[in-house]
Amino acid sequence: MKIAVASGKGGTGKTTVSSSLVSVWESPVIALDLDVEEPNLHLFLNPEFTDKRMANMEIPKIDDALCSKCGQCGELCQFKAISLMGEVLMTFPEMCHGCGGCIAICPEGALTKDFRELGEITWGKNGKNEFLMGRLRVGEAMSPPLMRAVKEKLGEMLDASSTDVIPKDVIIDAPPGVSCPAINAVMDSDLIILVTEPTPFGFYDMKLAHEAFLPMGKPMGVVINRAGLGNSEVYDYCNEVKLEIFAEIPYDRKIAEAYANGDVISESSDEMKQIFISLADKVKEKAGSNASQGGAA
Amino acid sequence: MDKIAVTCEEPSLDSQVDPRFGRAAGFIVVNPESMEFEYIDNGSSQVMAQGAGIQAAENIANSGAKILLTGYVGPKAFQGLEAAGIKIGQNLDSMTVRQAIEKFKAGDVDFATASNKKGHWK
Repeated sequence: MKIAVASGKGGTGKTTVSSSLVSVWESPVIALDLDVEEPNLHLFLNPEFTDKRMANMEIPKIDDALCSKCGQCGELCQFKAISLMGEVLMTFPEMCHGCGGCIAICPEGALTKDFRELGEITWGKNGKNEFLMGRLRVGEAMSPPLMRAVKEKLGEMLDASSTDVIPKDVIIDAPPGVSCPAINAVMDSDLIILVTEPTPFGFYDMKLAHEAFLPMGKPMGVVINRAGLGNSEVYDYCNEVKLEIFAEIPYDRKIAEAYANGDVISESSDEMKQIFISLADKVKEKAGSNASQGGAA
Repeated sequence: MDKIAVTCEEPSLDSQVDPRFGRAAGFIVVNPESMEFEYIDNGSSQVMAQGAGIQAAENIANSGAKILLTGYVGPKAFQGLEAAGIKIGQNLDSMTVRQAIEKFKAGDVDFATASNKKGHWK
């Protein structure tokens, strides 16, 4: 079972919830940080990294001696990553989305594969659990291609554990927002947890995220962080659209202090531990019933 | 004399110079001796999610113009225009197309050696 921890607004507590869920979940579980633009789950779980590899994207390389300047590649490319400027064919590597279309269409065989570095995939052990994350190269604008490469590695980790009696669960720390990276992080999950805070910004962005994820037809529930702050809009909306509130984390200075210390919140007090144990139970119940109804695998 | 392309907001010599190159509304391509011109719509670049400057540079290269007068040119567009052998006069906003051409003809426009607008991603 894969559980995605997402939010519309950044800074609502995705990593707080992810790290705490990993902590109370039955081992072994895979903790996966898919917020590749600014991964931070490792700062709380402190895994022991054992290996890494680079992720690359295929981009075109021009052999000028073979190019007939027909311009078909430039016409095909929707991103202007390759362009015929008068009599000069040129590439703009950072614009390329890696579809390979230009290389396939070139009638002269003048284009070959080159690579653009997307970032780094790192993994390791976290006590009895496993840990996996991606980190986008500084300057790289597109994160979904790296996220796909991280998910390929996740597939390898799950395959390697396929001999286990019970397949490993995965807890995904997703990036904020509602655009491609956020969609990419939650699309393979069995359940989405929306972490929000009861403020106007928290409410507005949670509503956007709920609306964006709704067409995927996955079970969703809300965790309200900093409960006691702000107003009732989040509660009213959840009530209105029948979006279940899985858990509430109180607005408490001690939690902020523990977070600032790099602590996992569920390990900071018995009260917090109980909140996350009951959240984990709720999540398993909802995700499990979806899986048995033929929901996402 | 080489044809000159000028970014414009409307298809007229009395239009204001469109300060944007990549997402300019269009280009006026002028024969500087006769002042006869044709208008090239740049709407295809305006609607692009990315690469508008590169597309606009292609449009200029295909127009046959050898000189471009405009406001601001981004780094990729600059690279493309340079590769196509087009000379660039920039910082020519806040005037009409006709005034920009007159200024050029009077020898008051220096050709640029570098882009004068930062890219979006760097």
